[in-house]
Amino acid sequence: MTAPAAQFKADAGRLSADLRQRGIIQTAMGKYEVVRDQRKAGFQDWQGARELAARTKFQAVNHLGQYLEDLASKLEARGTKVHWAGTGAQAREIILAILREKQARVVVKSKSMTSEEIHLNGALEGAGYEVVESDLGEFIMQLRGEPPYHLVFPSMHLTRGEIRDLFAEKLHDAPSDNPEDLTMVARRVLRQKYLQADIGITGANFAIAETGMISITENEGNARLTAALPKTMITLVGIEKILPRLADLGLFLPMLAVMGAGQLLTGYNTLYGGPRQPGEPDGPEEFHVVFLDNQRTALLADAEQRDALGCIRCGACLNVCPIFPNVGGHTYGTTYGGPIGSVITPHLRGLAEWKHLSDASSLCGACSETCPVKIELHHHLLQNRRNGAQAKPSWFQKTAFKIFAAVANNARWWSLVTKLARVGQVFQKPVKGTALDPASVWTKTRDLPPVAKESFREWWKGRK
Amino acid sequence: MYGIRRACIHLGKQIMTITLFIPCFVDLMYPEVGISIVRIFEKLGHQVVVPPAPACCGQPAFNSGYWDEARSTAVKVLEQLQFAETVVVPSGSCGAMLKVFYRELFAGTPHAGTAQKLAAKTHEFSSFLVNQLGVTDLGANFPHKVTFHDGCHGLRELNNKLPPRQLLAKVRGLELVEMSPPETCCGFGGTFSAKFPAIATAMGEGKCASILDTQADYVVSCDSSCLMQIQGLASRRQMPVKTIHLAQVLAAS
Repeated sequence: MTAPAAQFKADAGRLSADLRQRGIIQTAMGKYEVVRDQRKAGFQDWQGARELAARTKFQAVNHLGQYLEDLASKLEARGTKVHWAGTGAQAREIILAILREKQARVVVKSKSMTSEEIHLNGALEGAGYEVVESDLGEFIMQLRGEPPYHLVFPSMHLTRGEIRDLFAEKLHDAPSDNPEDLTMVARRVLRQKYLQADIGITGANFAIAETGMISITENEGNARLTAALPKTMITLVGIEKILPRLADLGLFLPMLAVMGAGQLLTGYNTLYGGPRQPGEPDGPEEFHVVFLDNQRTALLADAEQRDALGCIRCGACLNVCPIFPNVGGHTYGTTYGGPIGSVITPHLRGLAEWKHLSDASSLCGACSETCPVKIELHHHLLQNRRNGAQAKPSWFQKTAFKIFAAVANNARWWSLVTKLARVGQVFQKPVKGTALDPASVWTKTRDLPPVAKESFREWWKGRK
Repeated sequence: MYGIRRACIHLGKQIMTITLFIPCFVDLMYPEVGISIVRIFEKLGHQVVVPPAPACCGQPAFNSGYWDEARSTAVKVLEQLQFAETVVVPSGSCGAMLKVFYRELFAGTPHAGTAQKLAAKTHEFSSFLVNQLGVTDLGANFPHKVTFHDGCHGLRELNNKLPPRQLLAKVRGLELVEMSPPETCCGFGGTFSAKFPAIATAMGEGKCASILDTQADYVVSCDSSCLMQIQGLASRRQMPVKTIHLAQVLAAS
């Protein structure tokens, strides 16, 4: 077992027995489902909208090269500096080079899972810069020294009491556990940082090829301050964030809001087209856009699973996944948790180390059913399992399935096995549920029904 | 024989030869499910045949990623069922394997065409009754409060939400109470339940809690595998949950 797989199993075992944690997540998700469905009902034809979104994203991904060129040339035409990063390391180096050139000290960031993917904060802090997350949830997680728990709700697993204690310890300011009071504390701290920051770093929700614009969606206004106050703005964009046309936002902004957080529209939706232009009163003096590949093109080359690049990171698959509330967000050990993370992480970070996430699914298909861009998530989990078994088969499983196939294919052998199973369960009874029980993985927590006195096939034979 | 039967159908007598595909665990542990189905079809005047082998559709190997091994069983299934008039599977999961996943499993192989044809004539038990035979009232009598558990494959691969409910609606004395949330996985998931028993158990606990909330006497399902997971956990925890397959409810008089 690889280290990430062992870690996953251990954490999943521990957390799935943690009823308090399960309760917190289930309550939060229950509320999400109610408001999501109310908002979804606002679409005239939700299934038609999904169909259109899937086609639009697939078109973007299938002509990625052309759209990226269009986008880059339009951005450059208004004075934006465009950078291309093949790997996470290259992206970090590009960003560090900008920080050095600007002689920066303080960096303020808005929420960006792509920056989590390349471990940007660690790299910047390691180089001596002060980095401040400005999204409230991310701010809380940064104080805790932990990665976000969920794609969209980074600190959803914490109670307000825990956040009050955290603020008291780290900020020495926690008047109560009232969310408004706590938000005001964060606001006071963050306002100072916006003014001190030399650099603002953001992610991107969509990148519009037609007009050369970056679309950022947020609820707190923190991304606007991150983009507008510091003299230099850097935006890190995964190359798959492309949308062909500006008009596509008419579909994708409400869709992301509905599926991501059960909102009709997110609080702030802003388009960034370049640095401050002559005659404009505000905005950054310099605007850098860093496009990141980091194995996305490897996924693009996989004809079976290419549609996974259409993901808009709404987190809806995670929210409906029956695994997630039982294991929690950190157990995955990946930047992208839940079904989409289990599908793409083997492509982004290696199949051998991350295929266990594809195994850890009951394949119930709730993820594929809910995905707004119709990614066949649970079928991709099956394909990852197949690819994993082909690359590095377990000889035990391979032999077991071979024997089982031979037995099941032969009526006489099957009948013999039926009889043997009846004898076997007599001997299994005294060791039931213990380590000696060959079926202990099942019987440790669950009873196993007995083999029938007369199997169906025996009944059928006797009847004729 | 085959020709005569075909002729009967063409003459307007709605006699069908229904080939039953009995999954391995139904054969070994839940024979009464298969027996109930035989009785129901015969009562409706159809003829039932059961091929002696294979006893499995190959899903455990398929779901584990061992597609070559899955194909060695699945090819045998194709051989045995290729001349069947219609195939009925008393399981949404094995039904989805034959109907949906065989097409993926055999894509690009010489068996692709046969798999496609098998998919077209294979039906999950409840959807066969309602959508193929047009029957919803089987004259069953089951005076209990029940809740219905949708197996995920039946629900999402086969889009089989309505047929079991249409059938239950016609059972005398039966009261159906839906669970909340209604469509959550029970945590079985085939080999998943053995590979990740802790997660599967936690999921089963959630399911059992939803079932208990309904205060139903029985939880009914089209999938014995889900019921094995639910009953297995409920029995161990001594929860008052009783499970029964839809076919047994429909055969009850």
